[in-house]
Amino acid sequence: MALNLKKWFHIRESLQMLTDADSSSSQYRLFQRNIRVLMIVLTIVPLFMMALINYHQYQSSLKQEMIDPTKLLVSKTRHSFEFFLNERQSLIKSISYFYSLDELSDEKKLNHILFILKKEFIGFVDLGLINGSDGAQIRYIGPYNLLGKNYANQDWFQEVTLKGTYISNVFMGYRKFPHIAIAVQRLEENGNSWILRTTIDTTMFDNLIAAMGLDAESDAFILNKEGIFQTNSRLYGKVLEQCPLKIPAGGNATYIDERKDPNGKDIFLAYTHLTYPEYTLVVVKPKSTIFKTWYALKSDLFLVFLASSILIVIVVFRLTGIMVNRIREADHNREIAFRELQHHHKLSSIGRLAAGVAHEINNPLAIINEKAGLIKDLIQYAPDFAQKEKFSTLVGSILQSVNRCRTITHRLLGFAKRMEVEVETLDLNELIEEVLGFMEKEALYRNIDIGLELAKDLPRIDSDRGQLQQVFLNILNNAMAAVEDEGRIFIATWEKDADTVAASVRDNGCGMSEETCRHIFEPFFTTKKEHGTGLGLSITYGIVKKLGGDIEVESKELEGTTFKIFLPKKSIT
Amino acid sequence: MDRMKILLVDDEKEFVSTLAERLELRNMNVSIATDGETALGFVENDPPQVVVLDVMMPGLSGLEVLEKIKAMDSRIQVILLTGHGATKDGIRGMQLGAFDYLIKPIDIDELVEKLNEAIKSMA
Repeated sequence: MALNLKKWFHIRESLQMLTDADSSSSQYRLFQRNIRVLMIVLTIVPLFMMALINYHQYQSSLKQEMIDPTKLLVSKTRHSFEFFLNERQSLIKSISYFYSLDELSDEKKLNHILFILKKEFIGFVDLGLINGSDGAQIRYIGPYNLLGKNYANQDWFQEVTLKGTYISNVFMGYRKFPHIAIAVQRLEENGNSWILRTTIDTTMFDNLIAAMGLDAESDAFILNKEGIFQTNSRLYGKVLEQCPLKIPAGGNATYIDERKDPNGKDIFLAYTHLTYPEYTLVVVKPKSTIFKTWYALKSDLFLVFLASSILIVIVVFRLTGIMVNRIREADHNREIAFRELQHHHKLSSIGRLAAGVAHEINNPLAIINEKAGLIKDLIQYAPDFAQKEKFSTLVGSILQSVNRCRTITHRLLGFAKRMEVEVETLDLNELIEEVLGFMEKEALYRNIDIGLELAKDLPRIDSDRGQLQQVFLNILNNAMAAVEDEGRIFIATWEKDADTVAASVRDNGCGMSEETCRHIFEPFFTTKKEHGTGLGLSITYGIVKKLGGDIEVESKELEGTTFKIFLPKKSIT
Repeated sequence: MDRMKILLVDDEKEFVSTLAERLELRNMNVSIATDGETALGFVENDPPQVVVLDVMMPGLSGLEVLEKIKAMDSRIQVILLTGHGATKDGIRGMQLGAFDYLIKPIDIDELVEKLNEAIKSMA
């Protein structure tokens, strides 16, 4: 994986490519892309992880905050239920102890007891006295006609004789209200056994559930062991219907469960089992209400994540753009420096070669000069002889040719000397004439008119002869290239001010566009296509600046170009 | 007027002998030497009025020979011959007491003029 990643990014390769002098822009684009991807991955991944961790931690802590109060509420309500049922059970049990069988058998008495129960406690409906041994109803006070009914075969009768007490599941009783029955057994010392049974309507259950103060979307209800509703459920059914939610049995604590209800809604379930009877109190809260704040936070979190990601991407893009541009510029500058150096090296080796050649030729040239000179002398001192004139002319032309050779070797040596950087006091006019010497032939062939207007009393300046020669050579070469045959080049010098002398080279050549003018001193800018290196004028510019001077260009297309060079009288170095 | 007594020193024999002949044609007494040692021998045994001395020579260089001549007899004038672009040598020679310097290949009239000036300066 790491290997693949490395391969894909080509980090080393792209860096290597950048260090090569001939780097193309596609390599910079690749480099830029890789850096961008890398930086974005490195910044967004941790941000994403943070957001994810935050998300989960907040979710769980929020859940805990919801769970604890719900648990508390459920167990409190359970206690209320247990208290309610226990209270009624104890009450019946107390009555069974306070009164004897004979007293309870008295219909008036039993009626009175029920009257008081109804008056002081909520929910009591009837009161019946049942023979503990055969299950026959001995006495009944209440809305049903149950006197004489035998319960011996009923489950609850078996249970109450076994356990001494019984609380029933809810059933539809009198006037179609849900009820429960509570029965207690009394074993008298004389061996008599009887059972006191009461029916209680479950309005109180609803009151207890209402007291939980649940919001409109939540639900709470009681189930029996078989999962039958003992109270109405707002969401899942009416009393005595089967509850569609399966609640696990067993355990005394309050339990929390998250699930989907049969309607497919995400719900949050809290339930607890009553000790006796085996009821289960269930509270249902839809998740959407619980997590309303959570959802809000989630969207906030997402927005923050999105905003920071966008910000990161923008910053990364801008930053890498700037960075890669800087690198590109640095490389470009390095390349220029490198090429300038190369150019300089080339020139200096040409210079050395030229100097060598000039020196070597100079010696035989001196000999030819002397020999021819001697012949001339001999002819001159000799008495007249045939064809003396002719000999004299011939020797004269040999000496003239030697002179021409001398001029050439002197120029070559002058060119070689240009490589050495040294400041001397020089005459700018003289220097320009010297450089023009190189152009004479071409100008003559092409019939180019070179006009001079050199200031007669131009002050001498402290500067580098060789470098200045190169400057004027470059500019004059450009002028020669710009003009047509039979064109005109005009050179002038003048004293600009107390510290500066100036020279201008004007041609009536093809001229340049404004755009070209703007770039003319930039390295590698050339209009000569395959012929130019694009370095000439940039080197010229560099030299003039180095010598403390300045160079300007004015040009009009089809009218011509004027270069102006300003040089300080005193060297700045 | 006596004939000028001149010593020409240059390692290029053809050059020095031809130049000597030309100067003799101009009524001068010319000796030649093709290296520094020989030149110094001449100066010691038969001192000339002016020495025309090439700067670039194998063995003793022109400037060394110049110093030695000036040490032997400071009245002897020395004219140096230098290559183009070796102006520095010329200037250095002037500092060491040379009368003047000429750039090779030389013009005979210029040399004669310089020689006359040198002789004049001795008087």
